[in-house]
Amino acid sequence: MSMLELRHVSKSYGEGANEVDAISDIDLSVERGSLVAIMGPSGSGKSTLLTIAGSLEEPTTGEVSIDGVRLSGMSRNDKARLRRRSVGYVFQDFNLLAGLTAVENVSLPLELDGTSMKKARTKGLAALEGLGLGDRAENYPDQLSGGERQRVAIARAVVGDRSLLLADEPSGALDSVNGEAVMRMILAACHGGVAAVVVTHDAKLASWADRVVFLRDGRAVDETLPPPTPEELLNPNTANPA
Amino acid sequence: MSIRHSLLALLSEGPKYGFQLRQEFETSTGEVWPLNVGQVYTTLQRLERDGLAQSDDVEEDERQKNYRITPEGGEELSQWLRTPPDLSEPPRDELVIKVLVASRLPDVDVYDVIQVHRRYIVQLMQQWTRMKEDESHFDLAFALAVDAELYRLDSVIRWLDSADGRLRRAATEPAPEIESHVALPSIRRRNGAHR
Repeated sequence: MSMLELRHVSKSYGEGANEVDAISDIDLSVERGSLVAIMGPSGSGKSTLLTIAGSLEEPTTGEVSIDGVRLSGMSRNDKARLRRRSVGYVFQDFNLLAGLTAVENVSLPLELDGTSMKKARTKGLAALEGLGLGDRAENYPDQLSGGERQRVAIARAVVGDRSLLLADEPSGALDSVNGEAVMRMILAACHGGVAAVVVTHDAKLASWADRVVFLRDGRAVDETLPPPTPEELLNPNTANPA
Repeated sequence: MSIRHSLLALLSEGPKYGFQLRQEFETSTGEVWPLNVGQVYTTLQRLERDGLAQSDDVEEDERQKNYRITPEGGEELSQWLRTPPDLSEPPRDELVIKVLVASRLPDVDVYDVIQVHRRYIVQLMQQWTRMKEDESHFDLAFALAVDAELYRLDSVIRWLDSADGRLRRAATEPAPEIESHVALPSIRRRNGAHR
């Protein structure tokens, strides 16, 4: 069963003559353990797709399921609970709360979901340690470098066994080495069983994904072939039939 | 890839035997660039002939000879490292030509052509990235060479994206009327050969 499933999902804004289709008839399945990149130019609908996948917005038509649960029949509260428990977001500009330390930022979603402060803190520290930031846990965001802030944001997105990670241009303004480190972390989360969707216009980031879906004018127009097996890589004659 | 200068670089680390040079040359570059290792021994002979390397001359067999770099060889290597490769002439790029041709043919969907190439290049990038995922932690030279290839392919993707956007804009905007008395800038003069 897919962790994330979109079936014939469309989203329009405005009405009548002013109606604009942000995305049209998107089908997308993301399995646990796999990383899918959505590539497309500005205005192609990448971010809309991500907010709908994460239940932050409702599709105009079509169906979204997370971990087998259809979102359309859920109450607002149930959706919020599902988001807190199952879905982690990583944004371009990190979105850390300036008044909270790194570990407080990471453990906040757990506390909001009813986990005790002590337990949430323990899990938050473990997530930070997993990303090599154990010694920065008590630092505030403005005391961290850009790369460290983004690692805190990733820790917050995967804390508490969340199984769906959604990232919008996750390397943001980071340099290429830190951008690569971000993708390695997302990939490591996938190897741990998380399903991840990364939207980006950057082919270097997208190439970390198992599958790349190309978006154009709100439609999924194409996607990469499944990755070659190690045998195909060793034998260039069989790799890349394209 | 200059075998000559790669061998000088390996010799600048200290004297080495022929077979050792061949082995190191192969492992340092062979994973990324195809090479003809058979040329290693003939190149060593040429380096010696040109006074850029010396061998102990005790052994007949090239593999068993011990080679060292000469001061002239060191100077040659230093000069080579600091001489920029000639990038002044744009290469004749098959992909660019295909997109240009597709953009003029009425029965061909140029955006479809662009997407075919975009997908193929992203797939190539996925393959290179996967190699880096496995290798980069223990082989810096390999990671650097893979990065170079990824950046090269990325620049092609960026050009395809830019061509896509430019063609779409051109399709919706009427072509500007050019008045005959306005002198067009000479692209050839501005961008042409500087050498």
